[in-house]
Amino acid sequence: MAKGKKKVPGLNGSSMADISFIMLIFFLVTTSMDTDRGLHVRLPNPPEENQQDPPKVKERNTMVVTVNMHNDIMAKVGNSEHKLVDLSEIRQLAKEFIANKDNNPKLPELHAVELPAPFGVQNITKNHVISFVTDRATSYDLYFQIENELYGAYNELRDELAKRTFGYGYNQCNEDQQLAVRQYYKCMISEAEPKSYGNQ
Amino acid sequence: MPELNTSSLPDLIFSILFFFMIVTSMREVELKVEFKVPAGTELEKLERKSLVSNIYIGKPTREYRAKLGSMSRIQLNDKFADVSHIRDYIQDERASLAERDKPFMKVSIKSDKDTPMGIMTDVKLELRKAWALSIVYSATQR
Repeated sequence: MAKGKKKVPGLNGSSMADISFIMLIFFLVTTSMDTDRGLHVRLPNPPEENQQDPPKVKERNTMVVTVNMHNDIMAKVGNSEHKLVDLSEIRQLAKEFIANKDNNPKLPELHAVELPAPFGVQNITKNHVISFVTDRATSYDLYFQIENELYGAYNELRDELAKRTFGYGYNQCNEDQQLAVRQYYKCMISEAEPKSYGNQ
Repeated sequence: MPELNTSSLPDLIFSILFFFMIVTSMREVELKVEFKVPAGTELEKLERKSLVSNIYIGKPTREYRAKLGSMSRIQLNDKFADVSHIRDYIQDERASLAERDKPFMKVSIKSDKDTPMGIMTDVKLELRKAWALSIVYSATQR
């Protein structure tokens, strides 16, 4: 043991703040705080070489949304005529089309389908298809807005259904419930290859 | 006048530093295209960034505009690329993932609002051919 207590000189820590400041600034500069959000979409399988004709879908089972190069939107819901529509109308049209609550003969046919509990056998429009055709010159923004509205229509229907059956929204449902609700309103959006009128 | 005690200042700064290290992520690539993503309402958060590959589409930034013009371009990693490069890019990205993560791979398309749909469709067709079917249109909340 040492005789006298040896005094250890204290480390001068006053520059520590500066060092950490520099590190802080480095991280502020090199990193980004973007929380990435987006619309999740599933693409269909790749086109096959010897593709057969697509299966025929009855006219009343299809909703066709067409956008031209001037960003005009045209919709044809079930058996009705093509008509020019506004972006804000699409969600409501799609909701009526997908649900077909009052079994309108112009809207998709209802089929009795066995669904997981708690739904049991239900009449749903299982063969409906929403077809979305764009032109090569359509702007991506409008495409995205329409896609957003179409997915929004499904989300709203699912949310309403979840509230009716479980008493709370779709997001609060557990996985089995969400799966059942998803099968009730199955997402059927098909995007045809865009047309190009007049060669570029 | 008594001197202000600053001995806790480093700890304070360190906590801010750690906060930033946790909530932010490293910027991976230098952007060579300008893009302003569209705004939507039906967005979901992108979980697990390591599974996400990015495709940027937009007009070249000012320094490249003299050389490349202002047509919409695709950027993969650090380079401008052609539509035909997407398949290789996806394959590389997929190869870098662990085997069990491969089915969960996602492709995030960060595209400018004014991009014509022609390019978008070519990109989507290439993604389908590369079996990268789970895609995300990056957007901001409206």
